[in-house]
Amino acid sequence: MSAEKTSFAQALNAALDDAMADDENVIMLGEDVADEQGGGVFKVSKGLSGKYGTKRVRSTPISEQAIIGAAVGAAITGMRPVAEIMLMNFITVAMDQLVNHAAKLRFMSGGQTNVPLVVRTTTGAGVGFGGQHSDMLEAWFAHVPGMKIATASNPADAYGLMRSAIDDEDPTILIENITHYGMTGPAAVPGYRVPLGKAAISREGGDVTLITYGRGVGDCLKAADQLADEGIEAEVIDLRTVSPWDEEAVLSSVAKTKRAVIVHEAVRPFGAGAEISSRIHEELFGELAGPVRRVASYPSPVPFAKPLETAFLYSVADIVHAARETTQKKVQ
Amino acid sequence: MNKPASSPSLSPDMARTIYRKAYLINRTDERFRAMLTNGELAVAYYPVRGHEVIAAAAMAALETEDYLVTTYRGLHDALGKGIPSRLLWAEFAGKRTGTCKGKGGPMHITHPETGVMVTTGIVGSGIPIANGLAMSSQIRGENRVAVASFGDGASNIGAFHEALNMASVWKLPVIFLCQNNQYAEHTALAAGTSVSSIAERAAGYGMPGVSCDGLDPASVYEAMSEAVSRARAGDGPTLLEARTFRLLGHIFGADFSYVPKEDLSAAEERASMTKLRQWFSERQVSEKELTQIEEDVDAEIDEAVAFALESEPPDPDDIRFDIYETEQAA
Repeated sequence: MSAEKTSFAQALNAALDDAMADDENVIMLGEDVADEQGGGVFKVSKGLSGKYGTKRVRSTPISEQAIIGAAVGAAITGMRPVAEIMLMNFITVAMDQLVNHAAKLRFMSGGQTNVPLVVRTTTGAGVGFGGQHSDMLEAWFAHVPGMKIATASNPADAYGLMRSAIDDEDPTILIENITHYGMTGPAAVPGYRVPLGKAAISREGGDVTLITYGRGVGDCLKAADQLADEGIEAEVIDLRTVSPWDEEAVLSSVAKTKRAVIVHEAVRPFGAGAEISSRIHEELFGELAGPVRRVASYPSPVPFAKPLETAFLYSVADIVHAARETTQKKVQ
Repeated sequence: MNKPASSPSLSPDMARTIYRKAYLINRTDERFRAMLTNGELAVAYYPVRGHEVIAAAAMAALETEDYLVTTYRGLHDALGKGIPSRLLWAEFAGKRTGTCKGKGGPMHITHPETGVMVTTGIVGSGIPIANGLAMSSQIRGENRVAVASFGDGASNIGAFHEALNMASVWKLPVIFLCQNNQYAEHTALAAGTSVSSIAERAAGYGMPGVSCDGLDPASVYEAMSEAVSRARAGDGPTLLEARTFRLLGHIFGADFSYVPKEDLSAAEERASMTKLRQWFSERQVSEKELTQIEEDVDAEIDEAVAFALESEPPDPDDIRFDIYETEQAA
């Protein structure tokens, strides 16, 4: 980590820039990604078409199937495309290309082809974009063998996950939280990698494990501060990769704390938390001091009006409450 | 809509190549159906009877390094492109020696060495992927072209329209080869498609649309060669429609009584292999050469069938491999 501060958007831009400089097979395509169209709606690809040319950094028509299809085709020839799907809900338009092709070509071809594809996409509730611009759909892809999905909680990890995803021989979806772009933090040193499938312990503690990723990490750290005031020491695990997730890190932490709360922005039913909770119960049932809790968003479409959007999103207070419940310590 | 000029003539060499491919496709399809009928194999199969000439002549206009994306009705395309018979047969039989180690099956035949990059079971999905293959060639400054092969039904799915637009905007070296067999599953062309010739759709995307007779080797070869030259020259994509007739049901064993009898018998007459043989014999391929081709192909198929039947099935443990680069836990 360098002492220099950087934003999420700058970290992603640096990762793409460094990857394109290192390997001419790295290309980018997506709506408005070239400089003439603004360098991406969140400026993540700003300057890259100027530096590497519009053959390698291509603004596309609004055609998600064609974007992902072209990326898949290029990937099986050994290129390393980074395709941007502007907002995660738009990925639904390209589900066939991702689920039936990107994730399965390696297997269906008996390993003759593989798809070293990265899909960048952003989403997140809390900024008033309503029902079709805010969903967290990571669990959909976590249910697809052959696909990887990751999301960063800080700028340095955003850089490192991007570099690892581009290196990886299999398709990876990287979710960027729309509320994160302006967040600043220490910059990664050039070339830094965050291995896919490896969690980080963001805070150590012995009383309860808070398992989360993406935006949930910052919220869990806030909750951990509040819990500490009450004498509850929470360990915060940042999964970083949602699938394949780091079972070893989670199980060894929960084996220590005997209590677990899983936190994610996606709605609760059939979310990533269900699988993680189930694995904890399968492996550690006899050792747990209480049932695993889940904190997630309310199962409605993401609403527009502020009071409704607030009612939808989980809160830090929800995390604190769930952690207290597992430790059976009541508010004084 | 452009019509290809009437064919001057194929070179005798090319005529032999095309006849060999067409005969191989026809015999492989027939043999495969016979084995399904007598129970030697039991798999879902989409017959290619009526498509032999299109694949034989179109693929003959390509180089081995050129890319192909085809569909579940794709045996003819894969053979036309040059996939070794034994690898294809072993895959159809679900064997470990198959081109995809038995993991893909007939709907996912892949063989990058001969340019067979993707076979998809999802109608129309291969069309955007062919763009990516062509984009790769374009970025790397290679001379390769990509071919997306699909049916008339696929021209009604969104992926077709997105992909044709993108290919035209980017002038990709890609050929959209629509094998119009008049039926989308059980639905006749006119009942589900707004145009009577798929080539007309090219106008909407600012690219040449060409229609050729899919039962005439010279017509297909000429039109395909022209599209390939255009792509290699950097002049962009072509939508090439090759018109034929599906002589069997959508899937092997399926009822196709919905096809009017008179249409079917007229098409059978036009697509007869005897007639095709006659066509080649009138183009400087001697009786001796034709017979030699047939004997060679019959022997190749016998050998491939024996190889497929004798080969071992996959080991259950193989399931852990090829999901990701690294093997998965048992």
